[in-house]
Amino acid sequence: MSPAAGPGTTARPAVPGRFRTRTGPRRPPVTLLLAAAVALLALLPLAYVLAAMVDVGWSGVRELVFRPRVGELLWNTGRLVGGTVALCAVLGVGAAWLVERAALPGRRVWHVLLVAPLAVPAFVNSYAWISLLPGLDTYGGALLVVTLSYFPFVYLPVVAAFRGLDPALEDTARGLGLSGWAVFRRVQLPQLRVALLGGGLLVALHVLAEFGALQMLRYPTFTTAIYDQYRATFNGPGATALAAVLLLLCLLLLLAELRLRGRRGYARTGSGVARAGRPVRLGAGGAPALLALAGLVALSLAVPLGSLALWMVRGSSTTLDRSALLETTGTTLGLAAVAAAVTTAMALPTGWLAVRARGRMATLLERSTYLGSSVPAIVIALALVTVAIEVTPWIYQTVPVLLAAYAILFLPRAIVPVRAAVEQAPPLYDDVAASLGSSALDRVRRVTLPLLAPGLGAGAALVFLAVVTELTATLLLAPTGTTTLATAFWSASSALEYGAAAPYAVVMVLLSAPATVLLSRDARRGLDAVTARRTGRGPLP
Amino acid sequence: MSSLTVTDVTKSYGATPVLTGVDLHVPEGSFTALLGPSGCGKTTLLRLVAGFDDPDRGTVEVSGRAVAGPGMSVAARRRRIGFVPQEGGLFPHLSVAGNVAFGLPRRQRRDTGRVRELLRLVGLDAALAERSPHQLSGGQQQRVALARALAPAPSLVLLDEPFSSLDASLREETRQAVADALAAAGATAVLVTHDQAEALSMADQVAVLRGGRLVQLADPRTLYRSPHDLDVATFVGESVVLDADVRAGRAHSALGVLDLERACPDGPARVLLRPEQLRLGRAGGSGPLARVRAVDFFGHDARVRLELPSGVAFSARLEGWDLPAAGDDVTVGVLGAALPFPSAEGAPAAHVSA
Repeated sequence: MSPAAGPGTTARPAVPGRFRTRTGPRRPPVTLLLAAAVALLALLPLAYVLAAMVDVGWSGVRELVFRPRVGELLWNTGRLVGGTVALCAVLGVGAAWLVERAALPGRRVWHVLLVAPLAVPAFVNSYAWISLLPGLDTYGGALLVVTLSYFPFVYLPVVAAFRGLDPALEDTARGLGLSGWAVFRRVQLPQLRVALLGGGLLVALHVLAEFGALQMLRYPTFTTAIYDQYRATFNGPGATALAAVLLLLCLLLLLAELRLRGRRGYARTGSGVARAGRPVRLGAGGAPALLALAGLVALSLAVPLGSLALWMVRGSSTTLDRSALLETTGTTLGLAAVAAAVTTAMALPTGWLAVRARGRMATLLERSTYLGSSVPAIVIALALVTVAIEVTPWIYQTVPVLLAAYAILFLPRAIVPVRAAVEQAPPLYDDVAASLGSSALDRVRRVTLPLLAPGLGAGAALVFLAVVTELTATLLLAPTGTTTLATAFWSASSALEYGAAAPYAVVMVLLSAPATVLLSRDARRGLDAVTARRTGRGPLP
Repeated sequence: MSSLTVTDVTKSYGATPVLTGVDLHVPEGSFTALLGPSGCGKTTLLRLVAGFDDPDRGTVEVSGRAVAGPGMSVAARRRRIGFVPQEGGLFPHLSVAGNVAFGLPRRQRRDTGRVRELLRLVGLDAALAERSPHQLSGGQQQRVALARALAPAPSLVLLDEPFSSLDASLREETRQAVADALAAAGATAVLVTHDQAEALSMADQVAVLRGGRLVQLADPRTLYRSPHDLDVATFVGESVVLDADVRAGRAHSALGVLDLERACPDGPARVLLRPEQLRLGRAGGSGPLARVRAVDFFGHDARVRLELPSGVAFSARLEGWDLPAAGDDVTVGVLGAALPFPSAEGAPAAHVSA
């Protein structure tokens, strides 16, 4: 009945001298400390703006914020954000419906063409338009350019949501006698709500943070005003006060989204619907629909690319400096590679904890990085410049500060895939490898790293591509003499040397193209990584 | 090959005790099953033996040498204990051959002959060696996991519910292959399972865990015929539990006067019969009368649900031919003796199990 007694109570190690003694918890909190450091860095700009405002005091804030200039900027920014979101929603949903649900020829091609505008940075798009039509420096011009740059942010999640809809619901609704329009309005649209909200928020945050495109169109918003203020008075409280208002707007948007989303819960999208719905025949509406899609693609893709081609041809006869282009490309790629490596390395502790040590602490640290990255680049740059000058003057105007800005901006792009990879590598594999005699280092080399490699690679690639086209932070933080594609493009186009600017833009577009193809292929997963950057939350569960 | 001795092992996670004073001895070359409902601590015990976790108290010895004890613990990788996790746990980034060879010394990893030999040992075709784990069926994955665990010639193999994720048809075949491979390798093995049929049919001895304690350690027949208490009895198999009055070494129950398996003091008791001990006769014969409520027909045999006029319900297990129909009245006879549990120590949760 009872088990045989053990052969004795004297405990000898199996291999003399080769046992570890138990002291404290098995996993030291090194990972936690690293993740906390990363979160603190991500929150640094927010903290800086907050501290600066506290420093100025209430009367100072009143003086700096409650003035006509800020009201003007609020009006400008507000109507641009509102107009862009509305237009993007109409264009995004309309295009998504046509591509996903209507019987149109070449739906796959249309899909890629509608995602492709993301390969053209907004400031390049802006340059392409204003260099052709100098009269676009108005509200209408800004609305046009920004909408054409950002409507894919609505289109992509809505397409994914359409794919996730159960066609049986539409069939049922039709069976109940609803017309095509009624099916869309009463059955599909409510289910697209979350995707539409998410996309709209993404557009709004991007417009709030947009600097290059609007500066080039000479349309004053908070970002351009902060920049001008910074140029004029360096780091006066004026710029910081504007940054504080801009941050407040971002936070309000995030909060609104959280409340709207929280009440209804998440829509399940893209969980794989076995049966594809039967496309709707458009009949007489087919030709106008095709024409509308073609028009959208022409405006968002053909115009910028055509304009670039035009300036390439015009410029090549006069100013193409091959060696400068090569050198700048080299600098940019090098910087992007280092930033990708550093940011991915910084994402690892956070992503690891989010999976292996689920809990409030891990969630808090992860959310901190998302929140930090939803701060507009101009504010991040301003904060880092000031902090560097005041606290650590020896690193002011050095590459590490620039890398820190990139990390704050793009951490979520690395965290999302890294986290997914850690989920693919449960601790079980570690245990099994240990039971097979593999040492800790050996396990990292033969099990953990190979399992994490795809996620680390994906994260690094996303950061790399984002850095290649980053303008705002680079403009403010790049050490003197360091020129990237974006800043070289910027200085040429600011001097109205459109021909000289074109080659830099072309290289940026070519480098961004692969990421765009990936996005079009896997709308939901690809977008998770990008949306996380601005919306301050993790991927949909 | 080694024996395993676990002495007074206790483990808590936070304030929740998971294992309390567990003693277990697994003789060299034997196959032991750890049987218990989910949450009874059996997987935790396995993890403590493997070295993935350390006990709060108590010692774990392999072949008489402590691997975990007060203030010391040998790292998992130095214990030479093979581990076959639930659902195989094959490394997804490695081929079948890469998985099997994982624990071999570096020089032997490229030796395809060794991998082929191990695959043959677990009854798999050597042609599978270059496949990816996701291209294998669940049963094949389990066999590869066993081959991987056996490759470094471990002193002991631990299997954590290796068959629970398999289809019924695949389960039987995989069990057989695993049992054969373990026997061929001469390995000492410990299997964690919540499936009593699996434990009884595969193991040399079965350890029943309940609420973090070892309730009974016995060979399968002893466990089935002489369970420690009524809870263990109903857990390891279908049971007929009756209230009875013991007088002069015989139990007076609703199914008549029954012989007893072992001595029992006079007085109230509960007695255990197995459904296959019951024989049904046509109404009019001798013995107590019962009505057939339902018949669960399995082909080779059947469970006949019966009810006595007093309302007491129980089941009989009969071979699949010549079955009564629902609504029939039958007489009930008992083969062999009943096992008595005096009421004073009767398990609180004892009830008639279907």
